[in-house]
Amino acid sequence: MKMHMNHLPQTQTRKQRSLWQDAWRRFKKNKLAVISALFILLLSLIAISTIVIDLTTGNSFYRQYVIKQNLRGKLDAPSAAHLFGQDEFGRDVLLRMIWGVRYSLFMGILAIVFSTLVGGFIGAISGYYAKLDNVLMRFMDILLAIPSMLLATAIVAALGPGLVNVLVAIGIAYIPTFARTLRASVLTVKEQEYIEAARAVGADDFRIITKYILPNAMAPLIVQSTLGVAGALLSIAGLSFLGLGIQPPTPEWGSMLSNARTYIRDAWHITVIPGLGIMLTILALNLVGDGLRDALDPKLKS
Amino acid sequence: MYRYILKRLLLMVPVLLGVTFIVFFILALTPGDPALNVLGEGATPEAIAQTRIEMGLDQPIIIRYFRYLGGLLRGDMGVSYRNKIDVASMVIERFPATAVLAVAGIFIALLIGIPTGIISATRQYSGLDYASTVLSLIGVAMPNFWFGLLMVLIFSLNLGWLPSQGMGEGFVPLLRSLVLPALTLGTGSAATIVRMTRSSMLEVIRQDYISTARSKGIAEGQVISRHMMRNALIPIITAVGLQFGHLLGGAMLTETVFSWPGLGRLMVDSIKSKDIPLVLGSVVFLAVMFSVVNLLVDIIYAFVDPRIKSQFQRK
Repeated sequence: MKMHMNHLPQTQTRKQRSLWQDAWRRFKKNKLAVISALFILLLSLIAISTIVIDLTTGNSFYRQYVIKQNLRGKLDAPSAAHLFGQDEFGRDVLLRMIWGVRYSLFMGILAIVFSTLVGGFIGAISGYYAKLDNVLMRFMDILLAIPSMLLATAIVAALGPGLVNVLVAIGIAYIPTFARTLRASVLTVKEQEYIEAARAVGADDFRIITKYILPNAMAPLIVQSTLGVAGALLSIAGLSFLGLGIQPPTPEWGSMLSNARTYIRDAWHITVIPGLGIMLTILALNLVGDGLRDALDPKLKS
Repeated sequence: MYRYILKRLLLMVPVLLGVTFIVFFILALTPGDPALNVLGEGATPEAIAQTRIEMGLDQPIIIRYFRYLGGLLRGDMGVSYRNKIDVASMVIERFPATAVLAVAGIFIALLIGIPTGIISATRQYSGLDYASTVLSLIGVAMPNFWFGLLMVLIFSLNLGWLPSQGMGEGFVPLLRSLVLPALTLGTGSAATIVRMTRSSMLEVIRQDYISTARSKGIAEGQVISRHMMRNALIPIITAVGLQFGHLLGGAMLTETVFSWPGLGRLMVDSIKSKDIPLVLGSVVFLAVMFSVVNLLVDIIYAFVDPRIKSQFQRK
């Protein structure tokens, strides 16, 4: 389905492009967003490589170099042998940072995929069916009335710390945001004439929602998801920093910072480096999100 | 106006009921038997059964919730598992420290955020605007607990200017101990407020009435303060309300970094010791505070924006 019909009389016919091709052309022009996207891609490749290494070596590399303590090099500052220095147990900080990418980035993405799917489903249903709208949205309002970090903490308090529980907690805490986002855009798209046309030719609700409404209402949800991954990453790191998230010796960045706090008097590098990692990743995700927003919806550009 | 406030107050009732129910329900899912938690390992099955009945755990969750709610309305949040102290009094005792921190944080956020946003917008595309945009991007991306650690590293450990732990007693020591935590808490919000103020001001700047004001010969400072800011600040008030909620939620992290004796740390400690009534009390209290702040923001909003007020006056 072509979204952009040329209504203006033009002598030269332009090659028809889809919404996504148009968005890609605009996104490419935003250098910061492209660099950020490449950075995220690089991080993803790093994370995947570490997973592959762990799978092929049966975790032996992980146990030998990422987890195993080596008290002789305890808290040593960065050097040629250890570019990022060594931590409180003499482990190489660079390796731990590299092995930690998967927790921060992939867990953030997983949590947001979950809340986008659930929140998107709720949002689509309540945007399309006016009868359900009131009930569902009042429930979402109540969830939104609790700050998301507080809600996530309460869920972790009930489930206990650990990787999966943190994922669930953050996934649930972000559902209402996505439900609201998709609902708002479904409400606008629903009123368009092509939806009426689809109904007139006898398309059923399921077909109208999946084929005609969702593809045209997705843009804000995609932007919100990208920004959501940044928020989720921050929450995961925060929970781990509080000791409620991923537990040591797993090299999650937030949990590394939690340990670093104890040794802050003795070594600056174990405090500075993991935080820098978190900050750069979030910065990149935010820039990609901003770039996507400008590319997908040029009207919103301020 | 009173109609509006009354309507908002009434709307808050179902939200608060919902919030307390959701938090109660989530924490009721905690695995493990609370009776066993109270009695400790090695309790006899008879004692456990007895305690379960005493604690009302034999009742369905909905009954337990209404009992809790009844207690809550009388100011009774139950008793801590660990030290058998009244939860409400512990929460009330800890809250002032968090409130002081959150208010100081929002104060710093406004102090940095609004002037920077205004300068950015009035000198769009200047060096200052560019610098503030870059800094606010970094500010939003920076985990505040990490920023706190960095400030401890620089201002407490290297320069020795300010204390890094605890809350000072007496006015000057309190102020000194408040600087770093409040900066930590406020900086992220400041960055958000800069971005909001900038875009909101930029929208107003292009309006016709600004040109009209200028053509009447009003001084530029007056145009900015009387004509631009009054209109641009309206959306910012909402953002500040939301930021206040983030500060209450984020206070856990800042309080942990600076060993600040507030409600956030009480909550983290109670989670670690699985002291569910205490967790429940702190979360419910913070969530209710957040709703109250949002209500206040909405009321202020109505005062500032005559369009909202008038909707309720004519009827």
